[in-house]
Amino acid sequence: MKIVVCVKQVPDTKGGVKFNPDGTLDRAAMLTIMNPDDKAGLEAALRLKEQYGAEVTVITMGLPKADEVLREALAMGADKGILVTDRVLGGADTWATSTTIAGAIRNLEYDLIITGRQAIDGDTAQVGPQIAEHLKLPVISYAQDIKVEGDSVIVQRQYEDRYHELKVKMPCLITALSELNQPRYMMPGGIFDAYDKEVTVWGRADLKDVDDSDLGLKGSPTKIAKASDKVRKGAGEKVVLDTEESVAYLMGKFKEKHII
Amino acid sequence: MNKMGLEEFKGVFVFAQQVDNVLDGVAFELLGKGKDLAKDLNTDVTAVLIGSGVKGLADKLAEYGADKVIVVDDPELKDYRTEPYAHALASVINEYKPEIMLVGATAIGRDLGPTVSARVKTGLTADCTVLEIGDFPLVAKEGEEQLHNQLLMTRPAFGGNTIATIACPYNRPQMATVRPGVMQKIAPIAGAKANVIEFNPGFTPDNRYVEILNVVKAVKNTANIMDAKILVSGGRGVGSKENFKLLEDLAEVLGGTVSCSRAVVENGWQPVDLQVGQTGKTVRPQIYFAIGISGAIQHVAGMEDSDLIVAINKDEDAPIFDVADYGLVGDLNKIVPALTAALKAEVK
Repeated sequence: MKIVVCVKQVPDTKGGVKFNPDGTLDRAAMLTIMNPDDKAGLEAALRLKEQYGAEVTVITMGLPKADEVLREALAMGADKGILVTDRVLGGADTWATSTTIAGAIRNLEYDLIITGRQAIDGDTAQVGPQIAEHLKLPVISYAQDIKVEGDSVIVQRQYEDRYHELKVKMPCLITALSELNQPRYMMPGGIFDAYDKEVTVWGRADLKDVDDSDLGLKGSPTKIAKASDKVRKGAGEKVVLDTEESVAYLMGKFKEKHII
Repeated sequence: MNKMGLEEFKGVFVFAQQVDNVLDGVAFELLGKGKDLAKDLNTDVTAVLIGSGVKGLADKLAEYGADKVIVVDDPELKDYRTEPYAHALASVINEYKPEIMLVGATAIGRDLGPTVSARVKTGLTADCTVLEIGDFPLVAKEGEEQLHNQLLMTRPAFGGNTIATIACPYNRPQMATVRPGVMQKIAPIAGAKANVIEFNPGFTPDNRYVEILNVVKAVKNTANIMDAKILVSGGRGVGSKENFKLLEDLAEVLGGTVSCSRAVVENGWQPVDLQVGQTGKTVRPQIYFAIGISGAIQHVAGMEDSDLIVAINKDEDAPIFDVADYGLVGDLNKIVPALTAALKAEVK
């Protein structure tokens, strides 16, 4: 079985939020981590590999430094890494991003594509289903459990008040929830191996069946009109009282606000 | 991008989500917002109702402001599946050409929206909290045409650290998913009758139609903390799994739900579904109790938009007090049970 896992290097809030003049995030200026839902997707792929045997290829689109997130994935146990990076791809919205990644995946053989449900920087949950649409694959979003049965997958698809147990023939695309599993840590040996494993770097020219007009900032249907740091509300009241007074204080506030 | 023919697209469309032939509240909220937008654009609001045996719901949509209801009714649409629903909605868009298409940012809408936007080749802005009609660019620029009557979609990003306003100037429809609970529905117009348009694009199952083996309702033993109106959240300071009983008691008397910080999940005191923060969930309840939570930025990013934040912590310098409306410096082991008792007495 061949599994492709899409991962994203995302800014960690510890580094603060920085913007480019065009309003897009200045990713180069921020500390980064592997997006949590993607990590769960990778872990799911690695477990399928252990159970059924599989080749796991991780793919990411980003700046050259996104190589780090692929090395982390390789250290966890992925077999191959592909970095899609090119100046012309910058500033892409979800539509242009999914078009790009689909263009890269068209070069690969796969039975299963796994993405995270959403990334913590944009929180859109769009790129997974959109990749599936571009590749004309069935998509199962919000997976909380993944099993393989013959040439099909059986997936628990989460909703607010229920789940559906779904079955579909591969190839297909699944978006993974963080709840799916507890991702493993990088193994010390794996970290060394990660730098021996192959990371392929692809640019614009390597994308298959993709128009220039559909890429990067120019190819993005959505345009940022305005972006700003959120104005944080200031601290409220802080009191140091004994227990009884503390409770009386809070009850008074609740009554004032008509909460009780 | 092709700017031709954008003026052909008219009207505000709303996806009227139903599950088990019961309309979701977000459908009414979208109609309420859709009416405002339609007024600004001098057009009308159309609800798109997709399902099996759902025609009877159309009048209810009229009561909440739908001028027209397009009904796509087919046995293939009984339970939500991406493919037949995406085919239904994309076909409606291609046939009726709306300028705006709104979808609830639910577990259905956040799958249907992106699939349809990719299919009809337009942009989609996720999880919007503000929608308005305005100009793009916001301020006229030399050498760039300023477009009027654009849908301006505002959304939080980066775990709530940033706010972005997004337009979709050169593609139609302008699509947005909208957070449930944010927009206002109108007071229902009693006796309103829907102007129903039935439309069926035909459904032919193919490899993209998944098979539903089972529908398992309400199996999660943990509540969805993103839906909770009141969250009683505990951190490392709670001290043990057992001591979460104090928080559960408080939550119970308030009709709230227990949630937690990352440290609690790492200690195995609570499951990861209850985790608030950057690597957990972003929550916006009406009241958020932060109990024994120091308030690391990763946690704060997930809860600072709560309407009211109450912090209880023995460390006077804990950063959680910087975002709390009401901060109590003290021992949670004493304050929490006393507060629970006081609330219990009040409820009686």
